[in-house]
Amino acid sequence: MKNIGIYLLIFFFLMRCSSKEEEVYTPVPYALEIPELFADKLIAPIIPSDNPLTEEGVALGKKLFSDKILSGNQTQSCADCHKVKEAFSDSAAFSLGAQGILGKRNSMPLFNLAWNFDERFAWDGKEFGLENQVIEPIVNPLEMHGDLKEIVKKLNEHNNYPALFQSAFGSSKISPDLVAKAVAQFMRTIISANSKFDNFLLGKSTLTVEEENGFNIFMSEEKGDCFHCHGSTNNPLWTDNKFHNNGLDERFIDLGLGAITGDPSDNGKFKTPSLRNLIFTAPYMHDGRFSTLEEVINHYSEGLQFSETIDPLMKSVHQGGVDLNEEEKAALKAFLLTLTDEEFIENPAFEN
Amino acid sequence: MKKIRYIFFISCFLLTACSEDNDRFLETVDVTFRFTQNWKGIPITASDFNEFKFTNQNGDLIGIERLRYLVSNITIGSVVKDYQLIDVGEGTGLEFFVDGVTKGLKTLNFTFGFTNEDNLEGSYQDLNSVSFNVPELLGGGYHFMQFDGKYKDHNNQDANFNYHVIRAADNTDPTNVILEDTSFEVDLGELELNSSTVIEIKMDVSEWFKNPNTWSLQQFNTRLMPNFGAQKLMEANGQSVFSLGEIKFN
Repeated sequence: MKNIGIYLLIFFFLMRCSSKEEEVYTPVPYALEIPELFADKLIAPIIPSDNPLTEEGVALGKKLFSDKILSGNQTQSCADCHKVKEAFSDSAAFSLGAQGILGKRNSMPLFNLAWNFDERFAWDGKEFGLENQVIEPIVNPLEMHGDLKEIVKKLNEHNNYPALFQSAFGSSKISPDLVAKAVAQFMRTIISANSKFDNFLLGKSTLTVEEENGFNIFMSEEKGDCFHCHGSTNNPLWTDNKFHNNGLDERFIDLGLGAITGDPSDNGKFKTPSLRNLIFTAPYMHDGRFSTLEEVINHYSEGLQFSETIDPLMKSVHQGGVDLNEEEKAALKAFLLTLTDEEFIENPAFEN
Repeated sequence: MKKIRYIFFISCFLLTACSEDNDRFLETVDVTFRFTQNWKGIPITASDFNEFKFTNQNGDLIGIERLRYLVSNITIGSVVKDYQLIDVGEGTGLEFFVDGVTKGLKTLNFTFGFTNEDNLEGSYQDLNSVSFNVPELLGGGYHFMQFDGKYKDHNNQDANFNYHVIRAADNTDPTNVILEDTSFEVDLGELELNSSTVIEIKMDVSEWFKNPNTWSLQQFNTRLMPNFGAQKLMEANGQSVFSLGEIKFN
């Protein structure tokens, strides 16, 4: 009987502790809406177990994404080079950094990042994991040129942020790690999957004859042969998230993946971008060299340049490319534009 | 109280006895499958890629840049693994294990690629996620092998090849695509398994270019997926590609 009394006492104390903690830190799990096609065709998105999505974390990440406090001189936010209306990219070939210096690569569009299964981010695959990728532009001298110690100090002294971090992570002591986690949470919610072609696949829309012809060119190994790197109806990301040398140059100014791995066979390789939302993401390629989709298609049709590391999938390189006629080029463009998701860039959930 | 204790001990004794009987008849072992690749016996790994270091039967000098292939219905005794994608360049899928293989003499076989029955359009999320699909214009389903690289052409220039093995498809008439199952069974015989075992399955890549058809990359290099005849040649050459390697009993 005596023992029962002791057990009750311990239970009472434990319950009290638990209740106290919950009062302070009770984040609401964020229900990530996985698009029907993604759920049907692809493996689950990557959500690290040490950074689950929460309503508070996502909201905090969104706020940070648009806050200039993350740059060294507090003049630039992530959103300045990743604009919602431009599918989270930048219409400038190279974006101006916080110090007014031009960057060296085109700002990559940001969407469907949780489905980057290899978790290598950026044009050159420099960062592994989205949380690491978040920090890179913050400290990059050509981009936001921030000092993490200073940024964290400012955030800790801020009127609102400590409370927001408390409710998102159960700690008001802000660290670079928590900043990365919050922004990464928001970025995982940036999903684009409502294009005309998505709706066609779901039986809610129809394609024009030209769009359908363009799709067939895209999927034909004898014509465009785009599907090997850019996905298909069964991989609706429209990217393989791998790195390829797509025949842009005979000699490389920018080594891309090769500069990261140190392997000369990776020289000139860059990440395959998704073909979704191309209408919003010009200019194209890692260096923004092509202003229009016509220029891009012409490149693959007759503009390929040979180099030792050119991907073997760039067939007919010695003939310049896949040699599409004008009608085929127009059809291919028409198909590519069916991957435009108008709703995505108007989504109020992404605006601060 | 005495009676309850008595029943309890008797029950324990009987249950333990049953368990021992089952173990004797259903004693099982783990089997690890290890897929390796070689060129006429010389091992190939990702570190051998991107260099012109192999010469095929036709005398074409080649460099491998991408090699991934699919095997299915990997069967050891009565245990079957549904499918496995092996990506040599990425170093993934090279090894897997199955448990619950009962001891004794066991047959070992698998299918290269998918049979028609399993080659279901878009049905495998993991294969979709790594873009291993075949366009529906060519009957859909999945690649059996994606083997890309470069060879030296007649002018000694680097040229690309895409040795992609799929179910053969004749789409001369796009409204009536003729399909032929070009997957094939690989029978690796029987193995006596008495303890956990590691089984090496070897792919001699040179055989794809050799036996029975001497393969000229000067003639067949790219755009082979819609080439029905080329797919039939690949099917024939694939028959001698696989063999049983080292067997390690633990």
